[in-house]
Amino acid sequence: MTNRYSRQILFQNIGEQGQQKIQSKHVLVVGAGALGTGLGENLVRAGVGKVTIVDRDYVEFSNLQRQQLYTESDAINRIPKAVAAKKRLKEINSDVTIVSHVLDVTKEELEDLIKGVDIIVDGTDNFDTRLLINDIAQKYNIPWVYGACVSSYGLSYTIIPGETPCLNCLLETVPLGGATCDTVGVISPVVQMVVAHQTTEVLKLLVGDKESLRKKLVSFDLWKNDHMSINVDKVKKSSCPSCGDNPTYPFLSYEHETKSTVLCGRNTVQIRPPKPVDRDLNQLKDILTNQGTGTIEQNPYLLSYTFGEKRMVFFKDGRVLVHGTNDISEAKTLYHRIIG
Amino acid sequence: MIVQVNGKRSELPDSIKSIAELLAHYELDKKVVIVEMNETIVDRNEHDNTIIQEGDKIELVQFVGGG
Ligand SMILES: [Zn+2]
Repeated sequence: MTNRYSRQILFQNIGEQGQQKIQSKHVLVVGAGALGTGLGENLVRAGVGKVTIVDRDYVEFSNLQRQQLYTESDAINRIPKAVAAKKRLKEINSDVTIVSHVLDVTKEELEDLIKGVDIIVDGTDNFDTRLLINDIAQKYNIPWVYGACVSSYGLSYTIIPGETPCLNCLLETVPLGGATCDTVGVISPVVQMVVAHQTTEVLKLLVGDKESLRKKLVSFDLWKNDHMSINVDKVKKSSCPSCGDNPTYPFLSYEHETKSTVLCGRNTVQIRPPKPVDRDLNQLKDILTNQGTGTIEQNPYLLSYTFGEKRMVFFKDGRVLVHGTNDISEAKTLYHRIIG
Repeated sequence: MIVQVNGKRSELPDSIKSIAELLAHYELDKKVVIVEMNETIVDRNEHDNTIIQEGDKIELVQFVGGG
């Protein structure tokens, strides 16, 4: 027997039995940015049986300061994060089944992704996706662990359907884009701290030690030396449309699905076709080459087209990132000029 | 008035009477914040009506979206 997990097994609250449980479980990590890469690495090193990781973006140099699975070569080659993450995670632990998808999660995709999943962990960077996860988790009775951070501040909360309040109870209203859009940056240690809280809660759930769950909303500011911990049990509402007595799962309804999104703080708009398509990148390359003016770069996963101050990145699932604008209508015009 | 905010002794200007005013003071009034006062959560609808007293222990936890 290999001693890869010996230190974790020696840890009393996990032990031999706990380790076996960990190795029989399936965790879904939504997002492979700062939190997602940290979570992915921790869970894969811990030997979770199967880890699924999904992300809609590709690696850029500005990610390398805190997104721990990526290298300069991933940024130079604009490798989709899900692809680069899977490659690195495989190198770290070949025992673990790692599934990765380059996609932006919508209701349909989540309904597929959560099949057989024991726990969902939050590695996203926006409330829209979190509220979608929150409704799916309630509908299918799957625990999930919220985590978020900005500047030197982070927080986490573990949501157990039927027991704790849900994210919708806690937020009450969906925060406006501006409130969550961070133009103040973030430091890597706060990411690590949030990831540490999230991973530990996941491990407790995986080994079945629910007694030890933190049960409180925790937040901290590593620069200001603040640490807060609040019991939010009373926030649970029987009228909550996500976790209440008569749930309607509002964020799973069609109207909530945004087709075009401004990616906060990135001067980028994402456009998603109404239905997923399998984009032929070679054919697209021919079309763009005939149009003449811009620079085309391509890898097996995406095609990047630079012209003037703008850059458009086309993914095989049909999504397009328009860099150089925060204006959805401008982005759509550029999109339709090329895609028709 | 002197209160404890997030575990730290804080001297508030006299103009601050309610939780709503406290949130505005910390520029958190337009953010999603959970407020706990003396170990009890203050309902969002009660932020205007809840008066802060000398020595109150207040915890403010803001929800952020980054990650
Ligand atoms: Zn709820």
